[in-house]
Amino acid sequence: MVSVNGAELDIAGKTIAEYLASTNYDPKRIAVECNGDIVPKAKYVETILQDGDSVEIVSFVGGG
Amino acid sequence: MIPTREEWTRALEKRHGTELHSRFSSAVVAICGLGGLGSNIAVALARVGTGKLILIDFDRVDIANLHRQQYKANQIGQYKTDALAVNLREIAPYIELEIHNKYITEDNAVTLLHDADIICEAFDDAECKSMLTDIVLSEMPGKYFVAASGMAGLGSANSIRTRRITNRFYLCGDEICDVSDGIGLISSRVMLCAAHQAHTVLRILAGEFET
Repeated sequence: MVSVNGAELDIAGKTIAEYLASTNYDPKRIAVECNGDIVPKAKYVETILQDGDSVEIVSFVGGG
Repeated sequence: MIPTREEWTRALEKRHGTELHSRFSSAVVAICGLGGLGSNIAVALARVGTGKLILIDFDRVDIANLHRQQYKANQIGQYKTDALAVNLREIAPYIELEIHNKYITEDNAVTLLHDADIICEAFDDAECKSMLTDIVLSEMPGKYFVAASGMAGLGSANSIRTRRITNRFYLCGDEICDVSDGIGLISSRVMLCAAHQAHTVLRILAGEFET
């Protein structure tokens, strides 16, 4: 299982890109943290989620 | 009569103590975007005695900025970098400023931000926020990054908060209220978020970290 924003999901073995494609997240407006490090967008397609990973997806909204 | 540099240092040391003043006055902080967030972060950091600010924005002061940004009516049309530098030097005459009248991109960010200890993301656009987060936190080890998301509207002041996402990544804001929803940006709530960012910078410099 992989923890994503606190929810335990059965997505081990998928890449971050594959997981994101199954959600409503816009990859251009998020940051993905995995086990304490930020995974940059260019690595979404090659980063395979492992059993026990802890992921947080931060969504950015406009304004400043 | 503007006080001398020595008088200025003594006044800040008296307020903050020599140890904290030393940490603040030796810090280099970059501010990316000089709008409602960036201009307010800059004023707070200048007042507290931050040693050097790197100020980056491509834009000019517009009448539509004056309701929330730290510019004056007679500065409309000036580059924000130039106008803010003038305003900051009126507040803190001995602050060191490095200004870049540039649009920050994936290609120039690492070079522009090279000398900063702490980098504040203060853009308006969500995709730019996301881009800079990726670059700083994956390509610039050792830097602290203080970003903002969600400060539009008249929602409660108390919903603006600071979260530590990783060891070097802090996020301020309510993470919800988008500028395109409702009435847009309100001066006081943008200032609250900017104050969270400036305060986070000072806490990092002081060695006080969120858990």
